[in-house]
Amino acid sequence: MPERIPEALAAPKSGRSLPLVWIVPAVALAIGAWLAVSAWLERGTQITIHFRTAEGLQAGKTRIKYKDVDVGLITEIALASDLTGVIAAAELVKGADKLAVEDTRFWVVRPRISGSTVSGLQTLLSGTHVAVDVGKSTQRRRLFIGLEQPPAFTTDVPGRQLTLRAEDIGSLDIGSPVYYRRLQVGQVAAYELDKDGRAVKVTIFINSPYDRFVSANSRFWHASGIDMALDAEGVRVKTESLVSLAIGGIAFATPLDEAEPGPIAADTVFSLHRDQAQAFKNPDRLADSYVLVFDQSVRGLQPGAPVDFRGIVVGEVAAIRTQYDPGSKKISIPVEIRIYPERFTSRLRGGAKSARLGREGKFVAGLVERGLRAQLRTGSLLTGQLYVALDFFPDAPRTSLDLARSPPELPTRPSTLEDLHATLVSLANKLERVPLEQMATNVGHTMQSLDSLVKRLDTELAPEARSTLAEMRKALAETTKTMGDASRTFASAEKSLAPDSALFAELADAAREFARTAQTLRTLADYLERNPQALLRGKAEDAP
Amino acid sequence: MSASAARLGLVGCPTCRLVSRVAPAETMLCRRCLAPLELRKPGSIGRCWALLVAAMALYVPANTLPIMYTSSLFGSQEDTLMSGILFLWQSGSWYLALIVFFASILVPLAKILGLALLLVSVQLRSSWRPAERARLYRLVESIGRWSMLDIFVVALLVTVVQLTALAAVHAGPAALAFGAVVVLTMAAAQSFDPRLIWDPLEQAHA
Repeated sequence: MPERIPEALAAPKSGRSLPLVWIVPAVALAIGAWLAVSAWLERGTQITIHFRTAEGLQAGKTRIKYKDVDVGLITEIALASDLTGVIAAAELVKGADKLAVEDTRFWVVRPRISGSTVSGLQTLLSGTHVAVDVGKSTQRRRLFIGLEQPPAFTTDVPGRQLTLRAEDIGSLDIGSPVYYRRLQVGQVAAYELDKDGRAVKVTIFINSPYDRFVSANSRFWHASGIDMALDAEGVRVKTESLVSLAIGGIAFATPLDEAEPGPIAADTVFSLHRDQAQAFKNPDRLADSYVLVFDQSVRGLQPGAPVDFRGIVVGEVAAIRTQYDPGSKKISIPVEIRIYPERFTSRLRGGAKSARLGREGKFVAGLVERGLRAQLRTGSLLTGQLYVALDFFPDAPRTSLDLARSPPELPTRPSTLEDLHATLVSLANKLERVPLEQMATNVGHTMQSLDSLVKRLDTELAPEARSTLAEMRKALAETTKTMGDASRTFASAEKSLAPDSALFAELADAAREFARTAQTLRTLADYLERNPQALLRGKAEDAP
Repeated sequence: MSASAARLGLVGCPTCRLVSRVAPAETMLCRRCLAPLELRKPGSIGRCWALLVAAMALYVPANTLPIMYTSSLFGSQEDTLMSGILFLWQSGSWYLALIVFFASILVPLAKILGLALLLVSVQLRSSWRPAERARLYRLVESIGRWSMLDIFVVALLVTVVQLTALAAVHAGPAALAFGAVVVLTMAAAQSFDPRLIWDPLEQAHA
């Protein structure tokens, strides 16, 4: 071994028992443990949401967002066991488990375009997410049914939810606006058909602070479309807004005469009227049914046609039926009408309310005794629409109201047109009864006898008449001879006229006058003979 | 059979490579450069174990936590190592998926397991296949740096893709853990003294 190799220097021992390097795994382990613990602590609540379709949902990608903050993640999507939908398992982040309460609602945010709103456009780029509306319940829940449509309002928006009952939905849709004094104050939240299918239940939401304008007396009506009215002031067109024209809407108002609007009971159901006018009519809380039996045609009478008492609409036609009476083998048309007695209620002098036109008070029976009758009248000559008129006919045959029947039958009276019609018909009938044919035959017979008569006259009388005429001519000739004799007689009579008679004297004057004229003419003729130029130049002046 | 330097009472300076004779003292210093001289790396096994345990501990979060957050107009997304590989595989880039899987999952795991095997065999003073174990050590030492591939990718993306509103990439906690695993395994490989593999053999011969 070479001795040139130097020996290493000896140095004092450094007092290090535990190598510092063990700090490294300690730290790493601490970090790992902390991560594990925090992961375990951060492990959120597992919930399950049932959706109809998984359109746009992606396991591990689709987020659950509340106020646009990630509160969870869809971790798994599977078909429901009955294949009616999908079940999305989701994990809510730590601290978001308060979201999962009884009335929390989940829905998938997709791009939606409805009449009034375009929503969820951001999801076109970012992909769909699941939105949450946190409920107010404190009851925890793990299984949810996802909504198909986003709710029209979320529970964190203050306001009030109301239920309206409508005959039909009209053009309303979820999100259709609700107007108060033409200001949008809410929207339609939901609608569904009544269980019996006879009406539509519309749920609307009025935003705070406008919800305090709703009282138990508020009236709601469809504000969709254009309301055109033709009255004494001309044509008026009313619409709520262009939006409501397109997508429908609801308007409401509270009548001002209500002294103190009462609070609304929780289960109040308002009616949704067709239009404003109908909404503001006094509600008819009472309705009495009567039956009218008409023998005439009811063409032009429709259910809903007014029943009017001297121009005041007091009811409407409820139904028109036909009825066959096997006993009398007659078909009659019973028309059922509804009369709203409150419209008939009048104020007597003194302010007391009179007995209402009710069946109980036998008030109607009294009226019928005094001649109250129902009559069909033509409302419009153009359309031929009929209405039922109630009026008094004191000359009507007396009858009484049978209150025992339900509904009682009000006596009817043929209408005035019907009267006229009946008269014309009876006249025609009478005319029809006249035996025209027989008369015509008789006339023909008469003519024939006349004809034969004339022929007989011709054959039998004419020759006799001719001989008679010849005789008459002979007689006439004799008469002429007689007349000659008569003239001679007259001449002799003339002779016998006296010469001093007036006629004679005048004749004599005339003769003298004539003689003078003849003399003058002779003189003229002489002059002309001598001076024929006088014919051309006139009479020459005598020479002096 | 060759004799080892230690058996001949010689020690090499790790810094200036000067060979010295072993002095009869607790600690020795190099006569030339005053670097501490050791016959074998002091506490090699303990240090290696410590670093290896730390690497093992961090290997778990490195694989389970998100390594990268991507947020863009199209939503935000977080990826773990494995989900990234799965995404690559499913989108058809199976070769890329294999590379990333190899570099990010297999190599660190192989390093950890290989080092553990070496440590256990050395501690048991096993004389089992020393040449292969030596080759394993060389392999572990040489492939260590390749695991940094993922970290480079993440670092590159984080710096390049920063369009604030349109898209942004952030490194996740797993990137840190993963980087730590790589560094710790490299350090562990460094701290292992491969001469320990041969010591039991020599003692058996001696």
